Amino acid sequence: MADLSLNLAGIKSPNPFWLASAPPTNSGYQVQRAFEAGWGGAVWKTLGEPILNVTSRFAAVGFNGQKVAGFNNIELITDRPLEVNLREIYETKKRFPNHAIIASLMVEPTQEKWHEIVKRVEEVGVDGLELNFGCPHGMAERGMGAASGQVPELVEKQTMWAKEVAETPVIVKLTPNITDITFTAQAAVNGGADAVSMINTINSLAGVDIDTWDTIPNVAGKGAHGGYCGPAVKPIALNMVAECARHPKINVPISGMGGVSSWREAVEFMLMGATGVQVCTAAMHHGFSIVEDMKDGLNNYLDEKGIDSVMDLVGKSVEKYSDWGNLDLNHQIVAKINNDVCINCNKCHIACEDTSHQCIDMLKDENGNDILRVREEDCVGCNLCSIVCPVDGAIDMMDYANGKPPMTWNERQAAIGAASSCEVDLIK
Amino acid sequence: MTQLKSKGISLENLKSNFEEVHQGLNNQEAMEEANRCLYCYDAPCIKACPTSIDIPKFIKKIASGNLKGSATTIMSSNPVGATCARVCPTEELCEGACVLNHSTQPILIGDLQRFATDWAIKNEQLLFKPGEKNGMKVAVVGGGPAGLSAARELARFGYEVTIFEAEAEAGGLDTYGIVSFRLPQDISRWEVDQVRQMDVEIRTNTRVGTDVTFQELSDQYDSIVLTIGMGNVPMLGIEGEDLNGVHDAIEFVKSTKSGPVTEELLGKNVVVIGAGNTAIDAATCAARKGAADVKIVYRRTVKEMTAYDFEYDFAKQDNVEFNWLTQPIEIIGDETNQVTHLKCVKMALGEPDADGRRRPAPVEGSEFVMEADAVIKAIGQTRYSDLIENFGLDHEDGVVKVNPESLQTSNPKVFAAGDVIFAKGQGEAMVVTAAQQGKEVAMAIHKQLAPAPTAAM
Repeated sequence: MADLSLNLAGIKSPNPFWLASAPPTNSGYQVQRAFEAGWGGAVWKTLGEPILNVTSRFAAVGFNGQKVAGFNNIELITDRPLEVNLREIYETKKRFPNHAIIASLMVEPTQEKWHEIVKRVEEVGVDGLELNFGCPHGMAERGMGAASGQVPELVEKQTMWAKEVAETPVIVKLTPNITDITFTAQAAVNGGADAVSMINTINSLAGVDIDTWDTIPNVAGKGAHGGYCGPAVKPIALNMVAECARHPKINVPISGMGGVSSWREAVEFMLMGATGVQVCTAAMHHGFSIVEDMKDGLNNYLDEKGIDSVMDLVGKSVEKYSDWGNLDLNHQIVAKINNDVCINCNKCHIACEDTSHQCIDMLKDENGNDILRVREEDCVGCNLCSIVCPVDGAIDMMDYANGKPPMTWNERQAAIGAASSCEVDLIK
Repeated sequence: MTQLKSKGISLENLKSNFEEVHQGLNNQEAMEEANRCLYCYDAPCIKACPTSIDIPKFIKKIASGNLKGSATTIMSSNPVGATCARVCPTEELCEGACVLNHSTQPILIGDLQRFATDWAIKNEQLLFKPGEKNGMKVAVVGGGPAGLSAARELARFGYEVTIFEAEAEAGGLDTYGIVSFRLPQDISRWEVDQVRQMDVEIRTNTRVGTDVTFQELSDQYDSIVLTIGMGNVPMLGIEGEDLNGVHDAIEFVKSTKSGPVTEELLGKNVVVIGAGNTAIDAATCAARKGAADVKIVYRRTVKEMTAYDFEYDFAKQDNVEFNWLTQPIEIIGDETNQVTHLKCVKMALGEPDADGRRRPAPVEGSEFVMEADAVIKAIGQTRYSDLIENFGLDHEDGVVKVNPESLQTSNPKVFAAGDVIFAKGQGEAMVVTAAQQGKEVAMAIHKQLAPAPTAAM
């Protein structure tokens, strides 16, 4: 049994699975149900001045019959009075002293407002604070959430204000609706953040009803952009986590989120530098009980790998993530089709023929059976055939020993540069 | 084809026994199944379909919500595609060829085809328009699947087509011969209607050779398509065949498709002679008319039986009893000429026949008698040899001889398709084959009659 307990900048939880600040953490009733189900922590739905919500609020994107591949919402922060939330946080923490409760906060960008809310929230005994600089819809129109999270100076200043009075660790939650998230992450670090979390939701319009021409979702026929999350955003989130994790000036822990649906994504995020993950959409899709397999699967994974503590996963793949210029230009892989396993759907052939490098031939073997064969000399090792193949084990991408020494683009350019500067010297 | 599940036979409401057994997919099931299709390139299912329906394409169109496009894709390749969705032996054709047989489960292609065509039927879609008239006329003799298919294609090419149909309605076996609980008449009627709405004239109750002569057709039309199918069940050649209660399976099934379900077999003993698909149809119809006991007697064994496996399974679900190696030798009646018994002899299999099936021979002294209130003969179908002679066409035992490429008969003006050219040893007499031959005939006629530039349309 591996140790699943987590320590993120001093915030401890029995396992790395936290519910993200969102509808699932709206009330004490819900968070207590979540803890009973086994969640390790919860980031309480963002506290601030109570707001008004609209109906409807959510929409999802399906794909080929798969429900909730992506999820979109236009719900705002908590619509309940601060006192009610604080009382329920207090009661929940009393019942579950070993679970992490983090208060998500969003107020107008003034020092006074930040001081006030931090003090009030810490009074009831939270384990940490998460500053919501990420919410992209509604609140941003009022200068809060993503609106302040998109301005590095505002991120730094507000973080500083919170830190001036905070006694618990401060996590800064970042918006992905920005060109380079490492700028705002650095701003948070400069402001004194103890950790950063990412990603908040991505600006989105889930769809348009092609019969009514209304937006999806719509409120009495009118729509506004929402925030996108769920399985579809995982690659975007994972990249942002990885970019921050490998950035030399962002040296605080990262709480990762965005499309975490099972222990597998949790492992991926942690390998890429996240200290624990936050989950929302998967719970909204299936209920709190999904955490059971998250913990069980993670534990079995760690046991199988011979890893004692989940904390040992954190950042193990970060050094493998680099710039394109550092990739070996001479490395070569080629596709190999196992005709014993192949079911002859020919998807690899047509994908390669129409859209890649025309190197998979449809042939007959000596018995007249249909077979597919890769012309290795023309294969660029792009992976497309193995991606579209519907059968496990039918296509392997194999290393191809070409005898060339490793050479990256950067090394190549440096060599060319050295050669040309030599030339200049010669002319002198 | 999807496994048919008998719902159990009602003795109170016989009519309900003839309602379609298989419910078809609901919208969600169809979507899930359509999304499971791999959309193969150069898909084997297309090659396995005698009419070469672009199956991945029609399935993709279901998945995208383009049901009109899906139905059009199906019906374009197969003018009786709604019928075939229900009656094709799909496990031997498209579904049998599905690559997913080698990894998970094949796609329910027949059910998806039905889903798309049902949508077109329910939404009263008219999927095709006649081509610009080219001034030429073609007569189609027989409005079954082959005739309808030829007529639809010819109308698309711009021919003025007249179908001569002996029955009250066109559709042939689709309308009259395939049991209602597998193929409701409305499906066939819709397909007939699709053809009729291409400005094809359908003259029903018009028997060529009687109501109109071959010579008249030959004089009035530029080309003639012969799609007359096959006739009734031949005589057994045993005593008692003219007794009351002896039926022809084709006529018997037809009687269950038109008019109310009658109660004369309620609680009775019925014996069906033969073990082809028609025999199974007759047996299950008898069971569904409330017969207390239905037996099939067949002179060979389950191995030589020509009925499809799913038909056999279905009959067993309807409690039909199979008596193998049993040859009827006499039908016995009472003083009112009503059948009471069937006398049979047990058989043993000997050496293989010309068709590869082992020849049965009677076992001496094994005669026995079974009770029978009705005897239904299903030992094949006769040929319209007289009519074919009357047309002056070369034939072999009533099977019209054609050029295998063009389906042209010995009379260059006459082409033939469907069961009328179906000979022993040529595989299955399937609706889908008839539909394909109808298309081929239309193309051959067009090639013969049309000026070259448009021949490739």
